[in-house]
Parts: sequence; structure tokens; C-alpha cells
Amino acid sequence: MAITLNLNGQTHEVDAEPGTPLLWVIRDELKLTGTKFGCGVASCGACTVQLDGEPVRSCQTFIEDVEGSEITTIEGVNSAVSAAVQAAWIELDVVQCGYCQSGQIMSAVGLLSETPKPSVAEIDDYMNGNACRCATYQRIRAAIQRASEILEV
Amino acid sequence: MTMNTSRRGFLKSAAAAAAVLYVGTGVDGAMAAGSEPAQLNPFVRIDADGTVTAIIKHFETGQGPATGLSTLIAEELGVSMDDIQYEFAPSDASRYNNLFFGQMQGTGGSTAMANSFMQYRQAGAAARDMLINAAAQAWGVDPQTLRLDNGVISGAGQSAPIAEFVAAAAQMAAPSEPRLKDPSGFRVIGDASIRRKDSRPKTNGTAKYAMDVHLPNQIVVVIARSPRMGGLVAGFDDTQAKGIKGFIRAAVLPNRAGVAVYAEQTWAAFQARGALSIEWDFSAAEMRSSDQIRDQLIAAVNADPEYVVNSADLPTVAALIDGSDKIVEHTFYFPLLAHAPMEPLTCTIEATADGGILLHDGCQFPTGPHMAMAQIFDLPMEKIRINTMFAGGSFGRRATPSADYQVEAALAFVITDRSRPVKLVWSREDDITGGYYRPAVAHRVRVGLDATGAITGWDHRVAAQSIMKGTAFENFSVHDGVDHSSVEGVADGPYQIPGQFVGLTDVAKATTVLWWRSVGHTHTAYVMESMMDVAAKAAGRDPVEFRLALLEGGDVDQLRTANTLKLAAQTGNWGQVREGHSQGIAVHKSFGSYVAEVVEISGDAERGIKIEKVTCAVDCGIAVNPDVIKAQMEGGIGYGVGHAMRDAVTLTEGIVDQSNFPDYAPLRISDIGAIEVHIVPSTEAPTGVGEPGTPPSAPALANAIAASGPRVTHLPMAENGVEFV
Repeated sequence: MAITLNLNGQTHEVDAEPGTPLLWVIRDELKLTGTKFGCGVASCGACTVQLDGEPVRSCQTFIEDVEGSEITTIEGVNSAVSAAVQAAWIELDVVQCGYCQSGQIMSAVGLLSETPKPSVAEIDDYMNGNACRCATYQRIRAAIQRASEILEV
Repeated sequence: MTMNTSRRGFLKSAAAAAAVLYVGTGVDGAMAAGSEPAQLNPFVRIDADGTVTAIIKHFETGQGPATGLSTLIAEELGVSMDDIQYEFAPSDASRYNNLFFGQMQGTGGSTAMANSFMQYRQAGAAARDMLINAAAQAWGVDPQTLRLDNGVISGAGQSAPIAEFVAAAAQMAAPSEPRLKDPSGFRVIGDASIRRKDSRPKTNGTAKYAMDVHLPNQIVVVIARSPRMGGLVAGFDDTQAKGIKGFIRAAVLPNRAGVAVYAEQTWAAFQARGALSIEWDFSAAEMRSSDQIRDQLIAAVNADPEYVVNSADLPTVAALIDGSDKIVEHTFYFPLLAHAPMEPLTCTIEATADGGILLHDGCQFPTGPHMAMAQIFDLPMEKIRINTMFAGGSFGRRATPSADYQVEAALAFVITDRSRPVKLVWSREDDITGGYYRPAVAHRVRVGLDATGAITGWDHRVAAQSIMKGTAFENFSVHDGVDHSSVEGVADGPYQIPGQFVGLTDVAKATTVLWWRSVGHTHTAYVMESMMDVAAKAAGRDPVEFRLALLEGGDVDQLRTANTLKLAAQTGNWGQVREGHSQGIAVHKSFGSYVAEVVEISGDAERGIKIEKVTCAVDCGIAVNPDVIKAQMEGGIGYGVGHAMRDAVTLTEGIVDQSNFPDYAPLRISDIGAIEVHIVPSTEAPTGVGEPGTPPSAPALANAIAASGPRVTHLPMAENGVEFV
């Protein structure tokens, strides 16, 4: 079926079968590879994108359900919050292998958009669905706090 | 952009193209340089415009060699870290071998920095000397009067950027013994403010992993593998798959290990695979359950061992223990574990215009797949190329002696007409169920103590599935029947243990097994450091004091272990525990490095435990990139405790029970509080950091739990009486 996607501020016409996860349309059709495949069952968060400003797992978001929505991937983030998060990530060298980090950043942007000054418990609660096999968690926590500081200034 | 077509412009650009300085070593291992990379092993390239590029012979899966080896070049050459770029070396074992692995290019055993430290420094220093000599000639001054800092050569009243001397330096011979900096003069090495070179692309989505390969006209292949290890395809029916849009075809792999399902895109390939109906031949397959394997391992440690690992005499040791005032004994069991790197396994193979093969891969051991490709495609080695990309985690999984996934991709490619590149994609389920696990292992330890609390004898039996036997690495690790990787960290540890006997029994492999972050130390550290606490308690002594008493022999290993342990105890406020909290400590040497960790927990085993804080001390010699070392300790700790808490791969009649992250649970952010890392100052040569943080973490957690609760000897903890919140 033909579907019109509004992604990163641009319109794309794609041809995909109903039931196709948004993840695979983003990666294989649109060749935007910053959004990662980690588990396929919404258990690791590596595929997190924003749908109308809310973080969602694109591996369990189906293509027929997103027509008319605004989708943002790591390549398209462009807000004060995302800039602060990315700056904090670099300042604290959060990444190791880096494969999960697009998803971590998309979730962190969601958290700070909702809760500008999250507590440690709020960070842990919100970020618990984003797995990092390199266990960069304490830097993720610190970088979210740092991004919050950057946004206050 | 305008093209300069004048003759002068052409000559200038031709000269600029030639003016490239490569510095490395020649095939004889001596320093070499030139304007072509063909005759030497270049570790650094300096372009005509002065751009410095470090050529990284190790793959980057997060442990930091891209930053670390660039640091070595930057330090000796005299450029800032902001002004050095890096690229991954091609696959060529004659040039880029790991100096600890013989004629093999590869990353593993936490050796990237240790084996490269002098090599990359020498290349940087030779390049610096050559550029300075070229400047001295140009200016007619003594090279001794010149220096190179931040990419600028200055002295004798002159100053110019290195770009001006690249062409002249490229015509010079490399100094046979470049002048290395005295460590007291290091300004880049040891600078904790140095940031990773790969942070930015990994933060904005532009970093390219093998999973991100999209070649023109490529197709995707996924493999339907036998649900039981060793099963073979007897037949299949793809009628249902034919209705799936994008499905191309299905075919049995030449080795009958699975059915290759080809499709235009990944999702279609997964869908089509799910629609296949396959008949399997299980006549040679593993049919046992993991409970049987566990019982077999535990029976083996309660029988006489197959091999004696150290020179101790068992009857003598047994008599010493039997005659002791106190005897403590425990049996330990460690389940199979998957590595589960975040990026599922993947690689892409394409035929090149020159009749060769190009493999795109987050390639950990290039030499293995390189040789396998040459054999499968019947091509000379020089016709095979490997494009090494970022790898999304490995923990050992991307390096197998059989080059398993690259061979699988090659077998899937070889049965096509080879006109379209083929990208092999594993799903998470393929990864969790696909074998190559940390082997299941059992230990039994019996320790005798005299009336003063001193150890009289230590009878230690290990039963394991050998990682190395039957592989190309057998000669490397197996001596007199003993696979050292099954017992490393027991008999060869720094403790001076009187009357220690170590025995080993090999138990038949139920699955393919593989090294897993820190290899044998994953279980030996757990057992040694648990038993140290058990013995200390029986002796009525403080666990730190008890350990220190076994480290007083005066050798450097004991001294460094003791100092690391003391630093962890001091910075972790050992012995000053808050109400409702418990502490546990462990120390272990692995891959040349000494790591001690204090784990502080709240709660208890019944109501639920939370890891509040981990304090870590590490002695890894000269700390090249202190912040990378800290990050590796943090990650190694998380990897160690995460698996000890919740993870096991189990089999029911040969079929893996787990399939994805919900039932093979990764450590989550809420599982672990703060981690504080302290580095022991050192002038020793650098040693490993990728793995050594892992071994002490799980026993330190176990010791914290045992301080006010049960002694956990069978893993994972969550299935053996411990709740986590």
C-alpha cells in the first residue's frame, strides 16, 4: 500500500505492506540508519523515534498507523532540548559501542521535554526501557542531569 | 567549485597528491617510511595539507582503541587530539597483526593498547623526527634546535606548520630508533580531559555500523537455523513464503546447517523465514537439557579430576585439609551465557569488479574471516578485502575461531549468482538461541583453616566445557590437556595460598562455546573471591585483612594487588556501612590489570536488593586515556553484575528456552546506582581495561549479599534465592 510519511519535516511516499514496522521503513526504504534494530519486540529501545513529539518504539509501531503523524528520527532532532542532550552526551563521553545511543537520546529528549528537572528516580523510571549492553547507565544519568542544567541557563 | 585546468595548477595538485608521508614499520619490523603505503605497515599518514590520520589496526566496539591509538600518535608526533583523525586499517596480518597473537590481526584479550603502545608511539616519534629533519634542512639549522608542538615546527627563529615539510620528509629514510618521549613529559597520554574520538558520530546517528550497510542492488539474507545445535535440514517448503512481497527465494545452505531466505529487504526476509516449513534431521543434534549438563558438571567436580593443573599432590592437600581445625566447602555452578551485543550479528558480502570479494563487517579478528573467504571463494588472499566498520558491541561474540557468521554469509552468497551484494542479518532471537555461549562451569572448593585462622590447604576442582580445544587456538591455550582458559585466575592468581591443589575435568560441549568478556575469569574470580570471604568469616577475620595477609610475599603481583585492594577499601569506605546497607569486596588480576571493587547494596535477599554504589580501583599501568579506563570499568562492572543477577541460557531437550531480551534480561539503568573509579598511578607499561572490570564485580555483589544474607553459589542469583528491586 502507498503511504505518505511526514518524517523529519519532509514528506515521503513509501510503498509498504500493512503490518510493516516503521523501523524497517525508516532503515531499509528511507535509508536513515541512525534508528537501530536491537530486539524487534520493544524491549531494548534502540529503535526509539518521536511520534508527534512522544518517544515510541518504531519496531512495534506499524506503518498504517502513522500516516498524518509527524515522525522525528535522530537525524531530524532539532530543538533546544535535543541540542542540550547531544551536547551533554559529548561532554561526558557517554557512548561506548554507541549502537543504543540514538534511542537513549530520543528517550532522554522525551523525558526532558516532559520533566525539565528530573530526579534520579524519575530518570531511572523513564529510561528503564532503553537497554545499553555496554552499561553506560551512570553517564546517561549524569548527561541527562547535565542537559537539564544546560537548558536552565 | 571551479576546476583549475592550467598547467601550473595541474603540477601543483600532482605534487600535492604525491606529498603524503606514511610512517610505520617494514616487513622486518624496523621503522619505515615513504610516500606510498605499499612497502610498509603505515600506522600514521600525513597528507600534504598537514592532516594527520592514525591508522587503527584494532576494531572499535566501544573499548576505545580509536581514541587510544590516536593518543599515542598525537603524543609523540606533537599534534593535539583535535587535529588527528583516524581510520580503520585494512585486513592484512602481515602489517597489522596483534603483536601478542603472532601472525594474526585481531582485537581481544584486552590487548589493543598493550600490544600497540610502543608500536604506535614509535611511528609517531619517527614521523616527528622526519618532519623536524626536513625543516632543519630547509632552514639550514641543527634539528636539535627545533621542536614540534600542536602541529607547528619552531626554533632557531623560525616557525611553520608541518604541512610545509611533508613532501621533503616523505623522501627521507625513517630513523631506525626514533626518540621516544620520557613519560614525565607526556601531555596527551594521561590527560583525563581527552574526549573520545567517536562520540560525535555516535551521538547524532551518523556512525556507520555493519547493520547500516545499504549497497546498491543489495539483498538481505536471514537463516533459518536448527532449533537444536547440530541439527541439519532434511527438507523445506516455501509455499507460504512465496506470497510475501519482497521474498526472492529460499535455499539450503551448502553445509545443511540452515535454510537461507533471500529477500529485497530485512522485514520481508524475517516474514518469509517465519512462513517456511522446515523438516530437521536431529540425529546428530544435542538433545540434552541444561539440568543434565549441570548435574554432569557437578558430578565431575566431586570425582577425581581428569587433569592436575598445578604441581600439588592431591592426597597431601586432602590430608592437610582433613587435619584442620575448620573446613569450609562450597560447590559453584555457572550457566551458559549469551553475549547479546546490542547490534545483532550482521555482515555484507559483495563481488568486486576485479574478481575479488569485499566483506563489510564490524570485524574483530579480520584474519580468520579473511582466510575463510579465500577458501570458500577459492581466491588468493589479496583478492579478499575487509571493510572494518564500527561494531555495536561484541564482548567476544564477533570473534569466533570458526568465523561463524562471516562463513554463514559467504555460504549464503556463494550459492547466488553473485550479481547482487548479500547482507546477512541476525535477529535478536537468532543471537540468543544461536550458540557460542560462555560455557557452563562447575567448581568445588574445600579449604582448611588452622586455629589461628590461617589456610592449611585449598582443594579446588573445576569442570568446564573447553573453549579452546578443537579450535585453531588450541595450541595457544591448551598445555598437557589443560585448557588454561578454564582455570585462569585460580592457580596463577597473586594470592600465596599454602597447600593449593587445582584440578580440571573437561565435560563434552553441549553447545558451541566461546570466550565471553574476561573468559575464564568470569567464573574463577567469582569462586576465588567468594571463598576468600567464606574463609575469612570462618577465620573470624576482616575480608580485606584476610586477603592482604595472603599478599605479603613481596612479589610485584602481590604488591600491586594489595595496593589496588587497599585503594578500593579506602575510597569505598570499607567497614563504614550505613544502616540497612551491606558491603562486599573483591579483587582480581586479569589481562595484566588489577581491579578491586566494593559493592554497596541496600535491602535484603528476601525483600529485594538494590546495588547502591560500586567503588572501583584499577591498576592498568600507565593510564593512557583515564576517562576511557573509567568508562571501561563502569561498563565491565555493569556487564558482570547484570548477568550474575538474572541471566542464564538454559536448554530443554537441546532447545534454548530464552529468545529475546524479555527472558534474557539486560541490566537496566534502575539496577545500578553510582560507580566511582579510582586509577592507581603507575609508570608500568599499559595493560588491559576492556575485560578486567568484569571479574570482581559479581563476587563483590555476592559478598555484599552474604554479609547479611545467603551465600549464593549457583548463578544466576535471581533464580537462586535473591530478589532484586
